Amino acid sequence: MKKCYINGVGCVSAQKTFGEGFLDEVIVNKDNNVLEISQPDYKEFIAPAAGRRMAKGVKNGIVASAMALKEAGLDQPDAIITGTGMGCVVDSEKFLKAILDNNEEFLTPTSFIQSTHNTVGGQIALGLQCKAYNFTYVNGAVSFESALIDAQLQIDEGEANAVLTGGVEEAGEATMHFLEIKGNIKSKGQTDYDVLTSTSKGSVFSEGAVFFVLSGDKQQTTYAELKDVAIYNVLDKDEVEGKLKDFLKHNNLDISDIDAVVLGYNGDVDFDGYYNELAKNTLSNIPQLYYKHLSGEFNTASAFGLWLASQVVKKQYIPSAVLINSIEKKEYKNIVLYNQYKGKDHSFTLVSKC
Amino acid sequence: MSGRVAITGMGIISSIGTSVEESFNALIHNKPGITAIENIQTIHANAIKVGEIKKTNTEMEQELGLDADNNYSRTAMLGVLAAKQAVQNAGINNINEYNTGIISATSVGGMDMTEKFFYDYFDKEESRKYIDSHDAGDSTHKIAEQLGLKGMVTTISTACSSAANAIMLGARLIKAGKLDRVIVGGTDALSKFTINGFKTLMILSDTYNTPFDNNRKGLNLGEAAAFLVLESDEVVKKQNKKVLAYLSGYGNANDAYHQTASSENGEGAYLAMEKAFKVSGLKPQDIDYINAHGTATPNNDLSEGRALIRTFGTNVPHFSSTKPFTGHTLAAAAAIEAVFSVLALQHNKVFPNLNYKTKMEEFDLVPQTVLMEKEINHVLSNSFGFGGNCSTLLFSKS
Amino acid sequence: MEALKQELKEKIITILNLEDIQPADINDNDALFGDGLGLDSIDALELIVMLDKDYGIKLSDPKEGRAIFQSIETMAAYITENRTK
Repeated sequence: MKKCYINGVGCVSAQKTFGEGFLDEVIVNKDNNVLEISQPDYKEFIAPAAGRRMAKGVKNGIVASAMALKEAGLDQPDAIITGTGMGCVVDSEKFLKAILDNNEEFLTPTSFIQSTHNTVGGQIALGLQCKAYNFTYVNGAVSFESALIDAQLQIDEGEANAVLTGGVEEAGEATMHFLEIKGNIKSKGQTDYDVLTSTSKGSVFSEGAVFFVLSGDKQQTTYAELKDVAIYNVLDKDEVEGKLKDFLKHNNLDISDIDAVVLGYNGDVDFDGYYNELAKNTLSNIPQLYYKHLSGEFNTASAFGLWLASQVVKKQYIPSAVLINSIEKKEYKNIVLYNQYKGKDHSFTLVSKC
Repeated sequence: MSGRVAITGMGIISSIGTSVEESFNALIHNKPGITAIENIQTIHANAIKVGEIKKTNTEMEQELGLDADNNYSRTAMLGVLAAKQAVQNAGINNINEYNTGIISATSVGGMDMTEKFFYDYFDKEESRKYIDSHDAGDSTHKIAEQLGLKGMVTTISTACSSAANAIMLGARLIKAGKLDRVIVGGTDALSKFTINGFKTLMILSDTYNTPFDNNRKGLNLGEAAAFLVLESDEVVKKQNKKVLAYLSGYGNANDAYHQTASSENGEGAYLAMEKAFKVSGLKPQDIDYINAHGTATPNNDLSEGRALIRTFGTNVPHFSSTKPFTGHTLAAAAAIEAVFSVLALQHNKVFPNLNYKTKMEEFDLVPQTVLMEKEINHVLSNSFGFGGNCSTLLFSKS
Repeated sequence: MEALKQELKEKIITILNLEDIQPADINDNDALFGDGLGLDSIDALELIVMLDKDYGIKLSDPKEGRAIFQSIETMAAYITENRTK
């Protein structure tokens, strides 16, 4: 199997995840059920004429992808692969509200054409004038992992050498409201927003865009090797450990080879037990990391998790803000990530030092 | 990559039929499914025609035996109906016997329910069950659940080329040995959202759509779902299975020209076809029939026509768009047209491009307008979408 | 007519989200599409809806917009002649 390296990253999130530093100044949420993102200077990346029709999700995607490309020193990727669970929510809501509020009259096309799920991928291609393969995956919490699997397949099969791939999610006002009344988002004014000690259902949400340049070639900017990604639509809690062992075995590793685990804890008392299955048992003796207290939950939040793992492998230290336990290791060689959302769309991702 | 990708099962539901057999009969007997809209209340009802499946949601719920408190969107129900047919057609009894995945495609997902209940969610608790069925992946999860499939489940959404890309990914995963078997296709229900969206772009015809006609006025929207079962050569041999056809090539490229419109020279389409030929090892002269994207919008047919001329020169094979039969079924379009392509191979038939009268002034391309019998060994099928997304699939006789 | 031209400039800037442009930057005879203000086919569709909504003028074929939307001058002239509200 051909190797696949992470050569550039770009991350727009609720934290300051661009520029210098590695989560040494973090904003720990106590008051909000939907986190606001730390906005980059959009004008630095997008010309006003090009950006005038773009909702924030599209802009964030373009900024994150531009950062990743710049870091990797890549002008034209051989493929652009995007993951987004909910798609371009802001324009979808805008168009739908216009239909309902005006009884289908006086509608204009802009929000409709920006509402399709592949708007971000399409706009990145348009901006780069990139005519290459362009896919968008839209499958809940494995939208980003589906994109990773495709990217890895592209590189492994020699269809592409450098792939721009990422996850982007947008928080729309109505959607956030619906998810709150449905109980997926914790209610406003609750007091247990802390992810690890929460005793209620639902989670704190947010939005963001994280892009990576994956390549078959290692270079100076390389963060880590992306070894493998696996997704499962449904798993019972007691199947998680077995699936993890199979996944590692497939990569000629076993539990003792893992130096840290990045878990998708989101504070939902009904489903965080999935993570406990690993954290309290098999993986109790290694450093455990979490991140959704910083990034918030959203369908492609796991891309923030991969951003975190990539940084740890490259920098060889774990910022205290993401540590669950107090275990440290001398070397971070193999890091495994596990994520799921409400018991569905499980994924394992493995990155290694190279 | 190695090995061939066999198609061993198909299922389909569209406005021209609720099974493969019904669809084939409609295609060979010139029976289009374009009508006035019945299931959706819209002020445009008198100004548009649609390819609507004449089943209400309640009828489909009963057909599928769903509980009263189910939260299936119309998109999900159509998808389940088509996917179940495909699995049955492939003679699969134990879905998890081999490493099996499902890759579906949709553009609207659960929008049909969201647009109904958008304001009800605030005060009517009983409607809130549909909040979780809005996202595109939900329809795929429901199909997987109904099939009892545990494993790789994912969804692609690249507007009107979505299902072609789902089929393409499935083929690549099989060739790479990542899956033994995969159910691929797409599903999209009609919705007020898309009707009004295409209306604002002023590309909805007020009458029957007329692909590649000089006086074409735009498209008819439709709804549909279709799935194919793809299996590796190895699995086919092991089970001594009947192969309906082979998926021999695929290509995806981006036009990188405009958010919605296709480029004047059909660059993306040309590149997608070129890639598909490269993957398959086939040459343009090997193609016996082209199932064109042919939406009947002024922009698409001109761009696609030019791309065909660039690819095939003066020898463009017999081609037709089947959208006068079904309407443009968005994310499902490439899936139903994949079924039609396999039927063309199996029965040696070129399906007619209905409603065509006048040659376009820009070039000399004339589609096949009546049913034609000829030896067909290879079919090329195009699908293009917003965001510059262009896809081509090649199907070959088994 | 002058008031209408000013009104159109303001509307175009708001509707099409032309953040960095002021009404005074647009001359009455500047080309709105292509090399001038750089508007495109989607903007034309937006303007068609504006004609309908604000001036009661319905266009059924987007091609009709080409001549009307050449410049602020041509738009104002067309609206003055055809407005129903």
